[in-house]
Amino acid sequence: MSKVHIKINNIPLEVEEGTLLIDAARMLHIDIPHMCYHPDQESKAHCRLCVVEVKGYRKLQTSCTMPVAEGMEVFTDTQKVYDAQVGVLELMLADHNQNCLICPRNGSCELQDLCRRFNLLQPDLPDISSHEVVEPDNPAIVRDPTKCVKCGRCVKACTEIQGITALSYTKRSADFKVTTAFDLPMAETDCVLCGQCSLVCPVGAIVERDATAAVWKAIHDESKHVVVQVAPAVRVALGDEFGFEPGALVTGKMTSALRMLGFNKVFDTNFAADLTIMEEGSELIERIKNGGRLPLITSCSPGWVNYVEKHHPELMDNLSSAKSPQGMFGAVAKTYYAQRVGIDPADIISVSVMPCTAKKYEASRPELGRDGRPDVDYVLTTRELAKLIRYEGLDMKNLPESDFDSPLGTATGAGAIFGTTGGVMEAALRTAYEVFTGETLPRIDFEEVRGFKGIKEATIDLNGTPLKVAVAHTLRNAEELLKRADEYAFIEIMACPGGCIGGGGQPIGTTNAVREKRMEALYRLDASLPLRKSHENPEIQTIYRDFFGRPLSHKAHELLHTQYHEQPTVSKL
Amino acid sequence: MAKTVSFISRRFGKYDPWSLSEYEAHGGFQGLRRALTMDGYEIAKILSANGIQGRGGAAYDMGRKWTQAKDVKAPDKCVVCNADEGEPGTFKDREMLRRDPFQVLEGMIIAGWSVDAKNGYLYLREEYSHLQPLLRNAIRQCEEAGYLGENILGSGLNYRIHLYSGAGAYVCGEGSALAESIEGKSGRPRMKPPYIKQCGVFHLPTCVNNVESLSLVPNVLMDDEGFYKRQGTPECPGTKMISVSGNVERPGVFEIPFGTTIREIIELAGGVTAGHRVQLVQLGGASGCLASQAELDTPYTYKDMKNAGLTAIGSGAVLVVDERTSVIGFLRMTQEFFCHESCGQCTPCREGNRHIALLLDKLAAGTHTQKDIDTMLKFAHIMCNASLCGLGESAQSALLSAVEHFPEVFEVKKEVAIR
Repeated sequence: MSKVHIKINNIPLEVEEGTLLIDAARMLHIDIPHMCYHPDQESKAHCRLCVVEVKGYRKLQTSCTMPVAEGMEVFTDTQKVYDAQVGVLELMLADHNQNCLICPRNGSCELQDLCRRFNLLQPDLPDISSHEVVEPDNPAIVRDPTKCVKCGRCVKACTEIQGITALSYTKRSADFKVTTAFDLPMAETDCVLCGQCSLVCPVGAIVERDATAAVWKAIHDESKHVVVQVAPAVRVALGDEFGFEPGALVTGKMTSALRMLGFNKVFDTNFAADLTIMEEGSELIERIKNGGRLPLITSCSPGWVNYVEKHHPELMDNLSSAKSPQGMFGAVAKTYYAQRVGIDPADIISVSVMPCTAKKYEASRPELGRDGRPDVDYVLTTRELAKLIRYEGLDMKNLPESDFDSPLGTATGAGAIFGTTGGVMEAALRTAYEVFTGETLPRIDFEEVRGFKGIKEATIDLNGTPLKVAVAHTLRNAEELLKRADEYAFIEIMACPGGCIGGGGQPIGTTNAVREKRMEALYRLDASLPLRKSHENPEIQTIYRDFFGRPLSHKAHELLHTQYHEQPTVSKL
Repeated sequence: MAKTVSFISRRFGKYDPWSLSEYEAHGGFQGLRRALTMDGYEIAKILSANGIQGRGGAAYDMGRKWTQAKDVKAPDKCVVCNADEGEPGTFKDREMLRRDPFQVLEGMIIAGWSVDAKNGYLYLREEYSHLQPLLRNAIRQCEEAGYLGENILGSGLNYRIHLYSGAGAYVCGEGSALAESIEGKSGRPRMKPPYIKQCGVFHLPTCVNNVESLSLVPNVLMDDEGFYKRQGTPECPGTKMISVSGNVERPGVFEIPFGTTIREIIELAGGVTAGHRVQLVQLGGASGCLASQAELDTPYTYKDMKNAGLTAIGSGAVLVVDERTSVIGFLRMTQEFFCHESCGQCTPCREGNRHIALLLDKLAAGTHTQKDIDTMLKFAHIMCNASLCGLGESAQSALLSAVEHFPEVFEVKKEVAIR
């Protein structure tokens, strides 16, 4: 790529040809106001906030669509530009349900930020927004169309990143809106509840179903023993909410915060991830040895499981029957743990903190409960945990560090990397190799399955038996990989970009650049741990010795495995 | 008394539009035969030499458009005949399609030859569905006679024409929304760049022309005597198809030489309705400017209209409104149209239109303040400057020209007392 020379507000800049003006301006530390622009998406040019003057053009140009060209002179701060930007902002605001003080995105709203930025004190336009009552949609995601600014970021995420198009546009002019097919509730559409829409929404139009109040109440119910598990990807993302650098590992402060919030026990989903590897790895070996159905496909990602049940029911038998780590933890907490500490499972409230909205739905599956009670009672997203920490008034930055509680708090590096694309594969290979061959792995790092590439492939030599594996993240990439699924013995799929580190429940502002930082952090964490293979986890060895007997035992099947059911979707109507 | 001319309308009523052989008997397809002896650049040069500006509304130099289309290097390209004719008060394309359909097809085939396209799409507005059988018949007869298909008239040109119907949206007259519509998607304009000429229908380089522009082509190619160029004014030669409607005695379609005044045009249509006087004339459809009595002697040329603050010849609509309709009442009606037809994608157009409609309601009720007027104009300008497509950009032409030509109706009679 050749370089071109432009000027922005008379400041010269050398920049790669083809760079969009909005990105070029950022190199000069100028943030051009925007709403529909998102660094990980194709430009839409809908919102018209990012308009600038370009010398030689009569009309204002959108900086999110215009590429730089040699000699271009751009002005981002003329009166004409300012008038248009503030005018567009006023238009947006007038159609926005301004109950901002009681909005889930109060304080993390891009429309709020822009109003503050432009000091919009006396808008010229009356509030003509609709205040229609919003019906709850599903266990995971809540939409509030009265807040929607029609930027289309959710539609792009659903369509271009996930390839699903559960959300699209309908009608026109003032009736133009983002909605589902036939305005159906999201759960009845092709939606898999991955929540990527909620992650890119600039305002409070798509948010997770809030569980903070219920969890708070449970914590303060003296008759309950409340345990919490935290998913691997949360510890490298939660810091974003409190001013840490992207990718900061805040495990110790997080566990302290959870304890100060009043959870009786603070456990680690990574422990359950190690357990998942034991079951899933054994399942893989069993299927290979006994000619079972291949490829085996991972089932940790509830967005992916929903996708299979809705769009590829023919692959349900390929899915590992092993529950996700969240599900396994829930089952273990109300059986093994309850027995061990002598508490009636009915008195245990199990809470999970997940980077994910679909986990909320997963926890509500009847298969993931016993005696009419769910194994996991409440699921909080990373964002909701941050809300609880703020609610408690904790100074997260200066909290002391602490460890997870025993016995469900000990985990290996293999469990830690579950949070990133390729991580489950690598963790499984570490264990499967040693169990299958009976030999120690010569090289523990499986670099081929790491990184942000959409589809990754590798062939592992299991002492003479070649094992062809593949890894995909985002459902669009998954769909692409499924076209040649037959070529592989084992496939890992994560619904969200980057895996759980990029999940739909992660802090607002999660971009691909941020995801990569989190990914690095998880691999650093893995490398720093003394134990990096799930089967070497002493607590795992204990639980098999004392409780399950062995992987895939009858008891393991009863508690740690599940079944799948075809789900209806609108596209099959 | 102004005269009409017959250049592209010369066959109207002279032959049976269901019959290709009759069209041929009236000189039909001679233009194509000649075109096939020339190359695209030569044809574009003739269009430019005749000063032909696109008749769809944007008035782009047609020769230049075809040169650019020819310049695009691509294995496949297409031509679109924009027969979406959605500007209110415009119906000249309908007459051309109805009374001389083969002429339109001949223009489309020449366009295909000129810009190296393999397919031509005739995009017909839904309201003209009754013309579909006629046009299908014309296409079929052309195919049977070898004017369409493989190796047309031995020239090596392979070209087909496909008839597509719109679904009723005004915005589909905009090139990129039209392309989306042909592709089977919702008719919403695309962001630009890329422009239609680079990436249009089915992502192919696409040359979009209006029905009238295409109808001109075979006639201009056969105009050895330079009849076309002798019409009009030296600066603005040629003829124009116009649709005159509203409060006139004989509304209809007329082919006039450029330079005819607006007053003469009204006379052509039998004058304003008996017993009434002209209040305003809207030129070029709903997205066009409003002329007052004071502008009636403006000659109908691109430049004179512009100098008079009437930017649009646009679609060639001339809507005459007498004093029974107030200026504000008319603006509200126009505004209602845009509130209905905005595609809703971009903020200025989706939101701006409805706020301006509310402010116009206040004007109509006489409860407006100077602040209301200022707000209305502020957002009208924002729509012009910041909208995604031509619809939002031009939706406030009527309002903005009314402010210029009818300042009295925007006066604040008395400040509304605030208690």
